[in-house]
Amino acid sequence: MADTKLRARRFRLPRRLRNAALLIGAAISSTIILLAVFAPFLATHDLAAMDMVNRFSGPSVEHLLGTDNFGRDIWSRLIYGARISLTIAIIAVVCSAIIGTIVGLVSGYFGGWVDLLLMRLTDIFLGFPPLLLVLAVVAVLGPGLFNVAASLVVVSWTEYARVVRSTTLSLREQNYVQAARALGASPWRILLREILPNSLGPITVLASLGLGTAIVWESALSFLGFGLPPPAPTWGWSLSYGTRFIRDEPWLSVVSGAAIMVTVLGFNLLGDGLRDVLDPRHKNRG
Amino acid sequence: MTAYVIRRLLLFVPMAIGIVIVTFCLLLLIPGDPAAVLLGQEATPEAIATLRRTLGLDQPAYIQLFIYFGNVVQGDLGQSIFQNAPVSEIILGRIGATLELAIVALTMSAAIGITLGVIAAMRPGGIVDASAMVLAQLGISMPVYWLALLLMLAFAVMLGWLPAIGRGEPLLSAFGMAIAGNPAPLLDSLSHIALPAASLAVNSAAIISRLVRASMLEVLNEDFVRTARAKGVRRRQVIWKHALRNALLPVISVIGLRFGALLGGAILTETIFAWPGLGQLTIAAISQRDLPLIQGIVLTFAMIFATVTLIVDLLYAVVDPRIRLK
Repeated sequence: MADTKLRARRFRLPRRLRNAALLIGAAISSTIILLAVFAPFLATHDLAAMDMVNRFSGPSVEHLLGTDNFGRDIWSRLIYGARISLTIAIIAVVCSAIIGTIVGLVSGYFGGWVDLLLMRLTDIFLGFPPLLLVLAVVAVLGPGLFNVAASLVVVSWTEYARVVRSTTLSLREQNYVQAARALGASPWRILLREILPNSLGPITVLASLGLGTAIVWESALSFLGFGLPPPAPTWGWSLSYGTRFIRDEPWLSVVSGAAIMVTVLGFNLLGDGLRDVLDPRHKNRG
Repeated sequence: MTAYVIRRLLLFVPMAIGIVIVTFCLLLLIPGDPAAVLLGQEATPEAIATLRRTLGLDQPAYIQLFIYFGNVVQGDLGQSIFQNAPVSEIILGRIGATLELAIVALTMSAAIGITLGVIAAMRPGGIVDASAMVLAQLGISMPVYWLALLLMLAFAVMLGWLPAIGRGEPLLSAFGMAIAGNPAPLLDSLSHIALPAASLAVNSAAIISRLVRASMLEVLNEDFVRTARAKGVRRRQVIWKHALRNALLPVISVIGLRFGALLGGAILTETIFAWPGLGQLTIAAISQRDLPLIQGIVLTFAMIFATVTLIVDLLYAVVDPRIRLK
């Protein structure tokens, strides 16, 4: 009794913070997703419509977030930019999760030389600075939505592989898995029906955090000019383009950067919150 | 200890071989004829044929791999397509600036991260803890390129305190001059590196602070901490000496791992602050699709990273006997 009391006191605020994290994270990320999905209805202006008289105008009723150097509506471009970022991030995360999960399941369940080989392979991919590998892959594949997503997959699958492997290792020894094996279930059936459903928690957490990371990297690529080529309204390119006028008109850069940061923050908070709900091992730790 | 060192060194070999293979495979990823793709649309058929020969593309892939491997082992990373110089030479000329930036950033992030983490762990659940962790969350979510721009906007453009771009004298030689009685170059170098290093450091500092906090909370619950307190050792001393030493063990390996992220992040910071290192070179190489140069840079970065990881693992074994006895 005394012990629980002590612990309750010790972790009071962080726990409250965590629930707040989950709520704020869910609110931000669902807002961004809704904005992206309904962008055609929410955009107030045509993306390419230029209004040279109103260049660099501040926020107004006419232009919610002001206009850029061509007098284009920043709000409309931002929500279409969200579409691009989210599409790429979702494709990248889903593919990474599938590849990484398969590698992790096989590695953890079969063990032996298969495990050794797959984990060395994972280590090798983890041995490259991620952003550099992303850039190198885009450099050879060329720009384009699917190529950018593919480059993100090259660096992201490893995390799923490692986490799923360790969950599989511990689940493999559970009684219900042993029972299924004794009943003559095939390895694939055990992996898909018994082990995979129980690994979904950590996979969801990684996927949520992964969306944030994918958006940072996608924006980094377009910031450097290797993402989708203009006139695609990517956040990274708007940010980088805005730097040309940053001395006098920092608004465009600041807004684009803020969009990236808030989105990433949303998915990170969601991931952290989900981890505390889904992963009991983390519950009483920082 | 010797056995552990040998085992760890042996693990480095397959890792290094794997890195070379993956780097080589970049060439295979190019859709179509690499020589034609790399030279662009205006290339003459003769130029394409020459490049095919220099890249060894007329051989089957596995032979190409063996040749590439043999060259890399001898320190030959090939010839840059557009700069007409050996890749290794180009890289060596710029590697110092990047290492300097990454090391300064790593030191900054470790110092900030550890301090913040310990302070947060002192009163878990308190207002300081909560604000430190909110700060850490913001730091983790902050894209390095945006932070770099904001810092540049604030400290270079608006306040004019620090230079916006460029690099001063290399820090090491500037230190030498300062010792010899001329502090001006050192101050200049420090003012140039402050913004790029700070923007690079924030992300890692945030990650390290969370880890230190979690690790500290665990250690502070242990018996030896209570014993020390019961003996009458001051709280401050228990936290900063007894507990921190033990809490830092798991953090060391993460600080090493952050080095890889810093090297990657350097590509962005170097571009923004015109820092003349490998990151800037990477962007140039990628814009021109200078494949041998790209491969050389990727290989160099990965090898530096692998070496840092190796050193960290060995250090770890020195600090924590449990590791080497396992």
